[in-house]
Amino acid sequence: MTMSPQGSGDPMNTPTESSTNGPTNRPTNRPTNRPTKKSAPGGPRGSNVWAHVVLSIGGFIMVFPFLWQVVMSLSSTAEVTSVPPTFWPSELRFDNYVEVFRQVPFLEQFWVSVRVTVTTVVGQVVLCSLAGYAFARMRFAASATIFAVMLSILMIPNQAYLIPQYQIVQNLGWLDTVPGIVVPTIFSAFGTFLMRQFFVNLPDELEEAARLDGANPFQIFWKVMLPLARPSISALAIVTVLAAWNNLLWPLVVTSRAEHRTLSVGIASLNGQYVIDYPVMMAASLMAMAPILILFILMQRRVIEGLAFSGLKG
Amino acid sequence: MTQAAAERPSSGPAAGRRGRGTSGPTGRGGTGRGGTGQGRSRRAPNPDGAWPWLFVLPTLIGLAIFYFWPVIQTAYYSFTSWGVFGGAEFVGLENWVDLLQSGEVPRALINTLAYTAMLLLGIPISIYIASLLNRPGLRFAAFYRVLYFAPFVSMPAAIALVWGMIFNSQYGILNQFLGIFGIPAVFWTSTEWVALIAIGIVGIWSSLGFNIIILGAGLRSISPEMYEAARIDGASNWRQLISITVPLLSPSIFFLTVLSVIHGMELFDLIFIMIGESNPIRSDTQSMVSLFYRQAFISNDKGTGAAIAILLMLIIGVLTAVQFAVQRRRARLD
Repeated sequence: MTMSPQGSGDPMNTPTESSTNGPTNRPTNRPTNRPTKKSAPGGPRGSNVWAHVVLSIGGFIMVFPFLWQVVMSLSSTAEVTSVPPTFWPSELRFDNYVEVFRQVPFLEQFWVSVRVTVTTVVGQVVLCSLAGYAFARMRFAASATIFAVMLSILMIPNQAYLIPQYQIVQNLGWLDTVPGIVVPTIFSAFGTFLMRQFFVNLPDELEEAARLDGANPFQIFWKVMLPLARPSISALAIVTVLAAWNNLLWPLVVTSRAEHRTLSVGIASLNGQYVIDYPVMMAASLMAMAPILILFILMQRRVIEGLAFSGLKG
Repeated sequence: MTQAAAERPSSGPAAGRRGRGTSGPTGRGGTGRGGTGQGRSRRAPNPDGAWPWLFVLPTLIGLAIFYFWPVIQTAYYSFTSWGVFGGAEFVGLENWVDLLQSGEVPRALINTLAYTAMLLLGIPISIYIASLLNRPGLRFAAFYRVLYFAPFVSMPAAIALVWGMIFNSQYGILNQFLGIFGIPAVFWTSTEWVALIAIGIVGIWSSLGFNIIILGAGLRSISPEMYEAARIDGASNWRQLISITVPLLSPSIFFLTVLSVIHGMELFDLIFIMIGESNPIRSDTQSMVSLFYRQAFISNDKGTGAAIAILLMLIIGVLTAVQFAVQRRRARLD
């Protein structure tokens, strides 16, 4: 996801600047702690009924494809292609999930995806926090200019550097390898920007104290500042996990052998392969996205906050 | 944003100077680094020595090798022609002239713009849903948020396969559902233009969650007093949405508009999977990026591919610049 730097933080700043020229020129614009505030939440209770109706219909549409995917993955091919539709299979065919491993190199691709995701996240977190820290809190020649030039990358769409990136990876002999998929993506202008935005707002006192204790800049960074950066590291990690696991174009370009591809590419190539049954295809695609979905459901608060954080900072 | 050094809460030069005389192993000395002024920092001897470079160089070198130089190379490639066995020959504007004459690129551009316009339609929907979700005292809000957000974190390749099944013209559940109302079967993914609508629906469906999260952050910063005052005046919920929520959200809405345009113009995954190789309308239903992929990596015509990539980059740049200009103008008029 490309984030444009200009949008940074704007949504956060709205209340102060816009309440002055808001649509209602009532004096109540000013936030006060009058006792009437108590009546604001909820308003007339009845009005939330409508909200529940709309939200649950909408919510059903949002999850329907997932539910339908589960149903199809447990049906027989005949049931999936029947008219009128079979809403519930006559028997639950969990065999389809076993078939996945026989018909596609699922385990190999899963392992590639895991390695790609882990190394991308570790690489990006290490490199981006180092660079972000330096841009935020150290002084060096032309740092502001270098930072601005670096941010200009965010304006450039992927395709504009894909061909030469491919040639580099090819020349290094990294086609069809995990390093080939990972290496260009561990350098991130966006991640550096995100980490810098966090470090910039930390107080100076912590560093001063560590410096008085005789710590060198790396020790200050590693022992004092980095542990404080956990919220933004987790935000960066979440964004990176999503991008690395779900990315299609780049891994599609640099891999060609099925067992060296990521799951995303593997799943994409199932389309139009008539040798694969639809239910098995559904089972495979469900298994491919399950790890991220489970991770999301387990840590939904953090994922949503992390993405909002990175979205707003970016 | 680049002058952010000035934003940093700082104890000021005086405090920084206290650092002098510490017996740091690096032999740091000099002025310390509490300074806020950019002008000052520029002249001062570098207090951090070579350390900052150790921190930034890995990233900077990587970005230079894998991003900056490649963009320049791509721009150059767009003026070259590639033989079957590699090797680029300078051909001037030939690729660019071909692009405009081929008909394929203008069509892909129109398709991409149409998809982008559809994505933008998702923003009003997101505003409405976000305003409902952020009603004070709404129960199950966290649950709803998960439902709406799940598509955003799901693998696009997998999602596209599932939607492909739903849209299937013979036994897809959507056509069977529409059939109840007497609507004849629609060939969702194999009719020109209709296929774009199908892809646009999936695009909106998967981006809604992210939009709602961003808008939610903006909504929470609107003071409840505004709504209270409007209610006292007898404004309906709908009126409140139009007169309070939307205007006060305009920075978030603008941000989402910019992101949606960039995201929409880079459409690839959905079209690549939902419009498969054997689809009869494939050649008319390309996006700029899928055409780029085809030219550069399937036909191995890297010159044309590069020209498409640069063209797309320029178009995205212009669209973004126009949005910023419009936004600035609107801000002035307000």
